Amino acid sequence: MARTTVASFAIDRVAMLGSDGQMRGAAPAFAADPAELITLYRAMVLTRSFDAKAVAMQRTGRLGTYASVLGQEAVGIGAVAAMRPEDILVPSFREHGAQLWRGVTLEELFLYWGGDERGSNFAGPRDDFPVAIPVASHTPHAVGAALAVKLRGEDRAVVCIMGDGATSKGDFYESLNLAGVWSVPAVFLVNNNQWAISVPRSAQSAAETLAQKAVAVGIDGVQVDGNDVIAVRQVMAEALARARAEGRPTLVEAVTYRLGDHTTADDARRYRDDAEVSPHWEKEPVARLRTYLRGLGAWSRADEEKLLEDCRAQVDAAADAFLATPPQPPETIFDHIYAELPADLAAQRAAAMEGSDDG
Amino acid sequence: MAEITLVEAVRLALARAMEEDESVLVLGEDVGVDGGVFRATDGLIRRFGPDRVRDTPLAEAVIAGVSVGLAVQGFRPVAEIQFMGFIYPTMDQMVNHAARFRNRTRGRLTCPMVLRAPYGGGIHAPEHHSESNEAMFAHMPGLRVVIPSSPARAYGLMLAAVRDPDPVVFLEPKRIYRAIKEEVADDGSEQPLDTCFVLREGTDVTLVTWGAMSVETLAAAEALAETEISAEVIDVATLKPLDMATILASVEKTGRCVIVHEAALTGGFGGEIAARLAEHGLMSLLAPVQRVTGHDIVMPLPRLEDQYMPGTDRVVAAARRAVEFA
Repeated sequence: MARTTVASFAIDRVAMLGSDGQMRGAAPAFAADPAELITLYRAMVLTRSFDAKAVAMQRTGRLGTYASVLGQEAVGIGAVAAMRPEDILVPSFREHGAQLWRGVTLEELFLYWGGDERGSNFAGPRDDFPVAIPVASHTPHAVGAALAVKLRGEDRAVVCIMGDGATSKGDFYESLNLAGVWSVPAVFLVNNNQWAISVPRSAQSAAETLAQKAVAVGIDGVQVDGNDVIAVRQVMAEALARARAEGRPTLVEAVTYRLGDHTTADDARRYRDDAEVSPHWEKEPVARLRTYLRGLGAWSRADEEKLLEDCRAQVDAAADAFLATPPQPPETIFDHIYAELPADLAAQRAAAMEGSDDG
Repeated sequence: MAEITLVEAVRLALARAMEEDESVLVLGEDVGVDGGVFRATDGLIRRFGPDRVRDTPLAEAVIAGVSVGLAVQGFRPVAEIQFMGFIYPTMDQMVNHAARFRNRTRGRLTCPMVLRAPYGGGIHAPEHHSESNEAMFAHMPGLRVVIPSSPARAYGLMLAAVRDPDPVVFLEPKRIYRAIKEEVADDGSEQPLDTCFVLREGTDVTLVTWGAMSVETLAAAEALAETEISAEVIDVATLKPLDMATILASVEKTGRCVIVHEAALTGGFGGEIAARLAEHGLMSLLAPVQRVTGHDIVMPLPRLEDQYMPGTDRVVAAARRAVEFA
């Protein structure tokens, strides 16, 4: 018998800014400029501010079911900070921060989560996809969009963000596999927040890392500290550079923690206790970057107060604007099913509108 | 003008569509070098190259899903699913995404793709190769479901499907892929979607059908004519959105209707047509609507397959029941 090793692999983990707010080793070039870091910090704080408002509005009946991103702000912000405006974001339902950075407005986010399709008709990033609710079902879209830009010879890349639960699904595998076979400029980013509603990471997969799922399909895989926005941005920048230059897709696993419930419809106390959650507050991404900025002397208490006030004002104004936005007229439920209203549907619309007039 | 088969007409239409619009792509399992297991894409890779005629891994969900991504990004993908029994993994993509992009973004993003698949039985294929599940897709808002019944129809409807700005599920009756030859002009003319076609005019009974069953239905009309029963035959062609006006106008004239499909009875699309007749054509009806369909059974393997397939005799008998009903 001859037994030889025909393949072997290793998965790297990248971490830079520790949970104590201290930099481990050399910081990447962009992080040498405190202004760059402050931009990231502001975006994370705005995300958290939106998040708190959205949860509060849902609790008071003014917003629909909402998926909080509390504690995972660095994943989305780090990712999109590495993107170019002309790149394409294919998000899941927990990427509010990423969407805001890309130019989706706070008001559009409120509209979407408040149950209005116009919230996905972004005025800003017109090519970005709307959030995908069915888990992992958007991963093939990223491959398609990436093939589209490749076939057109455009210098663009696609970033697809999903949760750890998505990595258990067949479409996730099929997408990564096809991205590898077709060498498309796509980066798949897993927000591994440790919980898929009540199912912990340990029950999601026996794999040591989620990043290693890249190995099976022959693409690059890397793990990053998902609470370190500097590391996330750097790892994503490297992945995007490979995607652009060589058409090499990457799977990035950002390890973070879901500090809140899965959504406002969930009560995480049913399946995890405070003792499980509290240690993760010590590692959350916003405080850690703030500590670092303070250490650099680049961020004062007054800066912090002003930022919080600015964010609150922006978010409140957007919430008010959303609440003041009248719903779409009833007949518009028929308007965008097809490019042109088919005769059969026109008859249904007429009948429905006649009925609503009676009411 | 050459006489061609239905599968050749599909190929001719795809080639035409690719010729006239660079954004049209063909993808699927074995569609490239092999030209598709039914040869529906034969030769396209030589003519248009591997960028536009793409063999995929064996993964139906991503074939549909990557087509959604391409379509949203401005391409017009035509994806092949090899057999109807393998189409189920695409449902998530077709229903949750292809059918919804336009609506959920209020028209910002659209999904002009075609998902094509051979469907139906009658060729003694293995398990899972012979299903007729058109009603599943027809139930889903936002999709078009198109089924040709002849080479000319396949050519014209395929061109219309590829040019349509919304997703189309294009189901090809493989039993008649090569059974009928017809002259088809490769002139780029499309046939209208959302339209039923009257294949044969008649006055005593309306026979409504689609796909391969148009063969048995036309044969039944011929047999009925020998006994002085004049049957009108309607090819539905686009199941969703349904052109009920054509069917209602016919039944207004004949007062009797037989709906013929190969798919199973319960939840079959014939039920929808019958319901619409009850809603809007009751006063025209002189007899109960008859349905001639497959049974509510799992498609038998080839040795008993013929027991499943509705034949001309059943159509004739149903038409007679309708005509003889008071």
